[in-house]
Parts: sequence; structure tokens; C-alpha cells
Amino acid sequence: MNLHEYQGKELLSSYGIPVQRGKIASTVEEAVAGYEQLKAETGTEFCVVKAQIHAGGRGKGGGVKLAKNMDDLKQHAGNILGMMLKTPQTPGGLNGEGKLVRKVFIAEDSYAPDFDANKEYYISILMDRGAKRNVIIYSTEGGMNIEEVAEQTPHLVHKEYIDPHVGLRDFQKRNIAFNLGLTGTAYKNFLTFIGNLYKAFIGSDASLFEINPCLKTGDDRIIAVDAKVTLDENALFRHPDLEAMRDTDEEDPTEVEAKSYGLNYVNLDGNVGCMVNGAGLAMATMDIIKLSGGSPANFLDVGGTADATRVEHAFRLILRDTNVKAILINIFGGIVRCDRVAQGVVDAYKNIGNIPVPIIVRLQGTNADLAKVLIDNSGLHVHSAIELQEAADLVRKFIS
Amino acid sequence: MSVLVNKDSKIIVQGFTGKEGTFHAEQMIEYGTNIVGGVTPGKGGTQHLDKPVFNSVKEAVEKAGANTSIIFVPPGFAADAIMEAAEAGIKVIICITEGIPVQDMVVTKAYIEKFDCTLIGPNCPGVITPDEAKVGIMPGFVFKKGRIGVVSKSGTLTYEAADQIVKAGLGVSTAIGIGGDPIIGTSTKDAVQLLMEDPETDGIVMIGEIGGNYEAIASKYIQETGNKKPVVGFIAGQTAPKGRTMGHAGAIVGGHDDTAEAKMEIMASCGIHVVKSPAEIGITMARVLKK
Repeated sequence: MNLHEYQGKELLSSYGIPVQRGKIASTVEEAVAGYEQLKAETGTEFCVVKAQIHAGGRGKGGGVKLAKNMDDLKQHAGNILGMMLKTPQTPGGLNGEGKLVRKVFIAEDSYAPDFDANKEYYISILMDRGAKRNVIIYSTEGGMNIEEVAEQTPHLVHKEYIDPHVGLRDFQKRNIAFNLGLTGTAYKNFLTFIGNLYKAFIGSDASLFEINPCLKTGDDRIIAVDAKVTLDENALFRHPDLEAMRDTDEEDPTEVEAKSYGLNYVNLDGNVGCMVNGAGLAMATMDIIKLSGGSPANFLDVGGTADATRVEHAFRLILRDTNVKAILINIFGGIVRCDRVAQGVVDAYKNIGNIPVPIIVRLQGTNADLAKVLIDNSGLHVHSAIELQEAADLVRKFIS
Repeated sequence: MSVLVNKDSKIIVQGFTGKEGTFHAEQMIEYGTNIVGGVTPGKGGTQHLDKPVFNSVKEAVEKAGANTSIIFVPPGFAADAIMEAAEAGIKVIICITEGIPVQDMVVTKAYIEKFDCTLIGPNCPGVITPDEAKVGIMPGFVFKKGRIGVVSKSGTLTYEAADQIVKAGLGVSTAIGIGGDPIIGTSTKDAVQLLMEDPETDGIVMIGEIGGNYEAIASKYIQETGNKKPVVGFIAGQTAPKGRTMGHAGAIVGGHDDTAEAKMEIMASCGIHVVKSPAEIGITMARVLKK
């Protein structure tokens, strides 16, 4: 689960980590009030208006603007709120349709007043699957695209692996600070900063923290100016406060709905819908659709209990996509019996009424033969198959 | 000989009296698996499915001689159950539980290193040695006895592969479902190595998916040890979009090396018979064995 920047900063702040302060606003009026408050707290006129969407590269699409006074603030907040923000990470990239901005963060200008004395760093924490442990990745090249830094100047990207038995050690914190070239008060402040950052990462069951930039100010403070936080979905059961931060407006509405039915669904842009039990088989089914000349319209794992209700929900979700020219149902019945699934398909079909596209049902495993008879005798516009190759051939036939 | 589990394995079920544990324990017993009891803290001393229930894994090891465990404990407690099994001296720990927090597994994986045990999973269908022991949730009848080993990250795709292997006139020696989570106990390479060294296995089917580098490491091992047995490989997720999790928490395409295409290239370059279509796993194995 992704957090917005302002939520990520709330989380960091609760662990004593200095962050760029700010106020959240969903209207220009709220932005004005937030600006007044922030001005009183910081004593400076300058602020940054930052669009809050779940995508990076917001500045590139015009979602981050500096305001030097109230007029600027009103203008930028008015422009950004409600805009369709296109960034390299929104669907379709800079040429896509973008994402609707519902909230802006009115943030202090952390760089003032001593602009030339600032230094930006890059810090992220994540779990390295290969090493099977957490790693802190950091660089002196803050504020940049880290993938580009890693490609062009790999010697400027450092890593510190953390032993799960003992956690982040003091000598490791010092290593990081030295490699970033910090000295004096900034060095001391950084040790506290990085220690608390790792505590927050573990404490929130995060799968990614990315602080880019992490700022050293002219007066040697260390501040998280941006915060990208991704949390482990599987651990949310022990973090109800973080779960409450979920912004379903940022997620695909169909995927949110699917989740409420117990379906695991990912929307894609192809022409053949599919409904499968098991994630691996679902991916393999998408692959065979492609090999048969089609392209998958979705990923959909119906899970272990492919009953009539679930199948019906799945049908309705898939049929909402008008690009769908055929639907392939691929169920390998192990514990779940194929004849039950077949009955579910027939019942769901009858409940929905007329389904305008051909349906290919491939049921294999327990009672597959009974299931085929049930499908073939249903009198519906449904084609049965037992072997995966047969199903693939039917897909090819219906979309060509 | 067989790999990981056989008719002599003394198996306990952790989370024995729960809904999942009960259902699958019944299925395993029906298959003929040697279940010697189960663990549910607080219910020790009682009987369940005509088998003894113990309060701890240690008690099950001492009183029933358990050496293998299958875990159906809910995700919030499963990491603890794995550590308890390792500490008690269980040699093969098979964790079926799906949805364990990643950080729990980081700690667990490090903790169990010092014990002489093998962890399979979590988030896996388990291990089956046909006609001897089914220690998992797979439909037993699909896995007919034979001499082909199967290693897979996925559940139903493992059944699919086994079904094709059987229909191609072959059968399965041992099938190992290693699981689809970002951190798992036994890697693709570890599982492939077990089957490479198993005298009852003539060929290996290796099924991977997008995400991680397990298949690449396994492929290099296969090549470096001289391609002793034919290996047929398939990678699910050729059509998966970048940056999206596809059901399994570990199935996410990150960099280029994570893609199905990159993995299949590496596999092919290491002498693995890569199939593009998941419908051709069985027939390809039959074909390469004839050579």
C-alpha cells in the first residue's frame, strides 16, 4: 500500500524524524488557511505547493510549484487542484491521461534562507530479496533520478546491509554519514536521523522508504524533504492506524471492488478476459492468450473457492471492459471440484442473462469429465475444453 | 530414496485443529501420509482425527518422534511456528500459510540458519512424493508415480505441469512447491539440486515466474554441474506489466532481469529446454528424454 507524501511525513514525524513541515488542503480556501498558518510557524513568505498523488516525478508534470506570496499561492493551488497530472510514473507516462489531483501539500521552503549552503542526498530502505535482508541505499547525488545515477556513476551509490539478528549498528550509521561527507553538527544530527528512519521502517512494516531529497541545511539540520512510503499489505493487520491512511481514490476502482469480493484483479488493456484459480496459473493463462494471437484484458485470480457468486462477480468485472472479445476461464480443480465450478459458471451466466462474447471454459482436475458434460448440455454460448492447448486453440478461433 | 518426504517421514501438523489444518490433515491421512499427530497450544493431551494433539512441537518430537512438520497457522503467527519447529529439531518444515509479513520472514530466515533444517515455503502448495507422502494441499491423484521431479513457485501451475507429465506417459518422483513469496526457505536452485542428486529422478521440470533471480541462479548451477539431467523450464508472466504485483507477493517485474523474457534467455543459454507455452511442458519433457 502506498502512502501520500504528507502521510509518509506524518509517519516519519511520529518517529522523531525532522521533515519538511506543511499543511494539507483539498480546496484553495484550505490552501490559503494552511499558508497563513505555515507562515506564522516558519516566519517566511515562501512555500512550495506540492500535488499529492501516488506517483513520482511530480515536478516534471507541473505538480510542484514555488509560491513567493499569497497571490502565487492562490494561483498555483488553483491550477494544481483538479488538474490531470502527468508524470513519467502515471499511467501512459507524460503522454498519458494523467491522474486527478485531489489534494495539495503546502510545504515550507526548507532551502531558505541560505540557499547555497544546502546539500541534497538520496536515501532509501528496502528489502533485498537476493540478500534476504534489509538494505539502506544512499548517495550524495540527491534530488536526482537514482536509476540514472546508478547507471552513469555507480561508484556514487552506496549500500549498507542490515543483519536481522542485530539490526542497524552504530558503526553502520557512521559509515553512511562518512560516505555522505558529513561533519560536525550535521554528522551528529544525521546519526539520529538514520537511526530513527530505520526504526520507522521496521516499526511500520514498510517495504520501501525513499527520501529524495534528504536535505542538509545551512544550519546543519537534516530534513526529509520528500517521503515515498510503501507498506507491506500483509502486515497491515497490525497497523490499523496506517491501514486507515489508505486512499482508494488513488487505486483502480475496479481493482478495489474486486478485492471486496475476494478476487485478485489487475486491469490490463487487451481483448481477452480471463478468470483463473491460482496466481501462477493465471499468469500462465495470460501468456497462452498472447501466444494464441490475443492479448490479456486482465489478471484475475478467483482463489480456492470458485463458487457461483464469485464467478458472477468476476464475469461482471470482466464484461465492464468493452474491449473484451472473448473470455477464457481456466480452472485446475484440485480440492475444488470441476463440476461445482461448471455449475457456478452456468448459474452465473443465467443470472447475468445475455453475455455478448464467447466464453471458453477449460476445467481440468477432479471431475473434469462431468464438468464438460454439464457445460456442453447447458445450451449456453459456452465452449468447453479439458486440455490447455484446446483452450488456446479456441481463443485463436474466436478472436481471429 | 526420494526427496524431502517419503513413507517413513513422521509428520506433524501445526495448526492441527483449525479449519484449514483439519481439512488438509484429513486429505493427507486419506492419501496414506504418515501423520503422527499435531500441535495446537492449549489442546495438548486430546485427540483429533484419531491422532494425538501436543501443546508444543518439542513435545511432538519427544513423544511421537516427529521429524517433519506442515504449518497451517494464520499469517500473524506462522513465523513463530516456523522458528518453534526449527528449535525443536524438525528437519523438514513445510509452511503453507499465505500472507506472512515480509519482515517476519527476514527475521525467521536468519533465525533458522543455525539449525539443521530445510524450510519449504511459505505460501506454497507443499511437497509430494507420489504413493509415499503428500505433505501439502495439492490434489494427490494428479501426481502419478514416475521419475520426473518438479520445482515450482506456484500451486495450480504445479498441478497443471504434473498432469501434463503424466499424460505424456511419464510420472512424478517428487514435486516441490517452493512458494511465491519474496523470502522463501528453499530456493529454486536448492530444490533443483535435491532432484539432480536424487537417483530416482531422471528429468526436472522447473517452473518460475517474474520477479527475483532464483531461476537465473538455478540455471547457472545446472550448467556448472554439467547438465546431468534434462531440465524443462517455463516462466509465467511473459505478459505481465511492469511494477504491478501479480497475485503472488514476489511476482513483480522490477528491473530488466526480472522479466520473463530475460529469465528465459538465461535459462536457454544454460542448456535448459525452455517452453514458451505452458501447454507444452509435458510433451517437451517426453521429447527431450527420448534423445
